[in-house]
Amino acid sequence: MGTINVSKKYTAKEKAYLPAILIGMKITMKRFIEGLIFRKHNTILYPEKKRDYSDRFRGAHFISVDANKTENCTACFLCETVCPAECIHIVAEEREDEQNVYGVMKEKKPVSFDIDLLRCCFCGFCEEACPKDAIKLSTNYEMATYSRDEAIVDLDQLKRPMNGRHEKKDK
Amino acid sequence: MEYFDFLQLIAKILLVVGVCLGVVPVMVWFERRGAAWMQGRVGPNRVGPFGLLQPLADVVKFIMKEDFTPKNANKFYYYLAPLMALIAPLCALSVIPFGSKAIVNGQEIVLQIAQMDSGVIFILAFAGLEVYPIILAGWASKNKYSVLGALRGSSQIVSYEISMGLALLSMLIVYGSFNPHDMVSWQASKYWGVVVNPFGALVFLISIFAETNRLPFDLPEGESEIVAGYHLEYGAMKFALFFMAEYIAMIMASALISTLFFGGYSLLPGMSQLISMISSHFGFGEVGMTNVTAVFQFVSLCSKVGFFMFLFVWIRWTLPRFRFDQLMDLGWKILFPLSLINLVVVTLMVYFLNK
Repeated sequence: MGTINVSKKYTAKEKAYLPAILIGMKITMKRFIEGLIFRKHNTILYPEKKRDYSDRFRGAHFISVDANKTENCTACFLCETVCPAECIHIVAEEREDEQNVYGVMKEKKPVSFDIDLLRCCFCGFCEEACPKDAIKLSTNYEMATYSRDEAIVDLDQLKRPMNGRHEKKDK
Repeated sequence: MEYFDFLQLIAKILLVVGVCLGVVPVMVWFERRGAAWMQGRVGPNRVGPFGLLQPLADVVKFIMKEDFTPKNANKFYYYLAPLMALIAPLCALSVIPFGSKAIVNGQEIVLQIAQMDSGVIFILAFAGLEVYPIILAGWASKNKYSVLGALRGSSQIVSYEISMGLALLSMLIVYGSFNPHDMVSWQASKYWGVVVNPFGALVFLISIFAETNRLPFDLPEGESEIVAGYHLEYGAMKFALFFMAEYIAMIMASALISTLFFGGYSLLPGMSQLISMISSHFGFGEVGMTNVTAVFQFVSLCSKVGFFMFLFVWIRWTLPRFRFDQLMDLGWKILFPLSLINLVVVTLMVYFLNK
């Protein structure tokens, strides 16, 4: 019914099969010499070289800090609410008046801000929802850990000055 | 005298087995590295210089793995199969001559482990034995996929053995001898067998690809149809034995085709001048000359075998595999009649030329 009958008349040269093999062997030999002598390859040797991703690549999160190294986050819970994977867990607290140099700008602060990177689907909704440009997604894609516990990152691990998305988190 | 005979035999066995077992890890490395180069990749390059120690890492992995035996397997045959797979091609290698003669301590040593006049028959017998480990492995491991793989492998090897045997027979008629030494000296004095009988060489080459289960004829294994075929239930060192057996069978097949069609240990062009140069430079006598010639003959055979080993890898990464019915068609409908015609033509040629 739905089959297409492809019948092809083969020439004597094609039927002999060996000329085609020789052509194929010529190509593989060319590639072999290219690889052996000219060291030509398309592989990115990963730990030494890294693939350049697009600027819009959404990788590991970070929370931007201001000049005083205080996080911009005001624990408004918008990111936690919008998160479709429910991977953000914030505990909020009021900033004490005597220490608060920001006044009305930062009345609240997060006591803890945990992101479960294993649950996260890297949709970037948190970044869009954030009114303070506090939570951002960097282009860092190296998030492998030895245990599941290590994949839950807290506020101290997330904080970093916002100088572009591409720079690596300095530890 | 007897002591000397025993010692030289042990030395020859150690040389052949040592070279074979030493070539296997290099070939495993080269297979992967060469494949990578042909496909525009890098291949294993982390362990040791140029990744040369990769086979060592593989061996450590093989040894550390659990030695697993299936519950319903027939234990005796299950363990016998990988051993047999390794031993059969090694035995066949014993009649391949790797040099004419060497003189040590005033006594002549024939550079061949087993000197027998029916050497080629011996090789054929042990090449035929290569079917048994496949059937044993498939049947003894009590797995349907293994049995299917074993059936495919054995039918393939049996079919191609016929055209291989016929191609070999045509060469036996040309040389008029079963002794590999006579064959090599015939080729050294006249032409290489491939010049005399190019069609037989081609049929033989295609048949040894099928005999050693290499691509494009690696049908005993088939990831999508029969998983890993006959060695599906084999793990750890037992699998490593099968793996080594494949490479030793390749060495054996390469040595056989070199001996039959490509002049065996007869010197490559330019080597005889080199030998006389070396001998005159160091002032060797007749004894030294013979020994230097033996070394060069060994090198000559090794380079021929090396070329065929490279050809195995080269073809493997060039061609896709055959379908099973295409394989059988090629074996029975094309190679078998053509090798029969070739045999008749060669026989007539030899008869009328010697008349």
